Amino acid sequence: MSVPHVLLALLAQGPKYGLQLREEFEAGTGEVWPLNVGQVYKTLGRLERDGLAESDGTGQEGPQKRFRITADGRQALAAWLRTPDLTSPPRDELVMKVLVAARVPGTDAHEVIQSHRLYLLELMQQWTRLKEGEARDDLSLALVVDAELFRLDAVIRWLDAADVRLARAAAEPPPPASAPVPVPQLRRLGARR
Amino acid sequence: MSGPGQGGDSGNAVSVLELRGVSKTYGQGPAAVHALAGVDLSVRAGEMVAVMGPSGSGKSTLLTIAGSLEDPTGGEVLVCGMTLAGMPQGRKARLRRRVIGYVFQDFNLLPGLTAAENAALPLELDGVTVPKARAAGLAALAALGVADRAGRFPDQLSGGERQRVAIARAVVGDRRLLLADEPSGALDSVNAGEVMRLLHEACQRGMAAVVVTHDAQLAAWADRIVLLRDGRMTGNTTRPPGPESLLMPGEIR
Repeated sequence: MSVPHVLLALLAQGPKYGLQLREEFEAGTGEVWPLNVGQVYKTLGRLERDGLAESDGTGQEGPQKRFRITADGRQALAAWLRTPDLTSPPRDELVMKVLVAARVPGTDAHEVIQSHRLYLLELMQQWTRLKEGEARDDLSLALVVDAELFRLDAVIRWLDAADVRLARAAAEPPPPASAPVPVPQLRRLGARR
Repeated sequence: MSGPGQGGDSGNAVSVLELRGVSKTYGQGPAAVHALAGVDLSVRAGEMVAVMGPSGSGKSTLLTIAGSLEDPTGGEVLVCGMTLAGMPQGRKARLRRRVIGYVFQDFNLLPGLTAAENAALPLELDGVTVPKARAAGLAALAALGVADRAGRFPDQLSGGERQRVAIARAVVGDRRLLLADEPSGALDSVNAGEVMRLLHEACQRGMAAVVVTHDAQLAAWADRIVLLRDGRMTGNTTRPPGPESLLMPGEIR
């Protein structure tokens, strides 16, 4: 998550004080990303140094300082909004567990998948309660909750697909000595970051 | 928050729906297909249960058996404590009209009837006088926020409104059990979530519901999610803690 760019977005609405930025940051992100004041000022200092934001008085420090976005800042913000977010290749912990489960003798990969599936569904139920309650009157929070629900949903779909693939593989004879997995290509993808 | 016994269950522990070792086999011998194999499921008043599973896992069969539209080949089905096995067809039909409400994927509203007439239809079929049935239909439409659409015909309603009318028809009168098969099939995800919220609200008013869906985001509206695989229950979620635990303060980069 890019705190500097979110602060720039808030400054794009007009000049603001540090404390105000912090409040608006938290409200605007559904209050799920708490941010401390020190971090706000540190980030503002960096934005100022890079010429993306500027403050009123150069002399005084602290809460009396008001910041505004610069033309460079607006450009940086516009570019960031449109920059594709490349996710890293699938090296997350859950993928690893399922890959490994299929190879550990005496381990039922289906059972491993099922326990993760149930856990994720319970998480989704919790997020949905939030949507049913607080998020009904809080647009930012509703958007955040939707994002999390879609992410969890995608993980569950992957588990479903993995489950089917593993069951199918278990029912069929193993293929001839495995051809090299396209790992090099994945690494190259990762290197783009 | 609805708890056990809350919402019109008058405190008794009788499940609105109870499946005990329910099996359903189609065909015989080596060609037999076991759509359900020994399923136990109990749904209390005020509870919404989602049934998930891949296609062919037995989800829809479970629903038709719970709704007494089909008989199981083994096991027992009880609705509001009454055993369905051996119940005369006439009584079964009355149970279906009075106690059980259905919501279908394609809404199934009758095009020649207004929203109010559609909502009142099950009661009229059951012999309730027309004014009484209409009053109950209007009340159900109001509970679902579509009272102002009462005089419109289905083709004059949006998809979301049609589904609200369909839910009104399923909860009209004093129904106890709500059965839904992919109830938000053709809707976008925000409207689909809205349908689930409305079904969940009906449960909080005291109904019991079983919702079949393959969609995890929709299933997540339920109090409990049951997973089916090859006609067997392979697991279920427990009622999760409140959402407060999700929002633990933490630092971000």
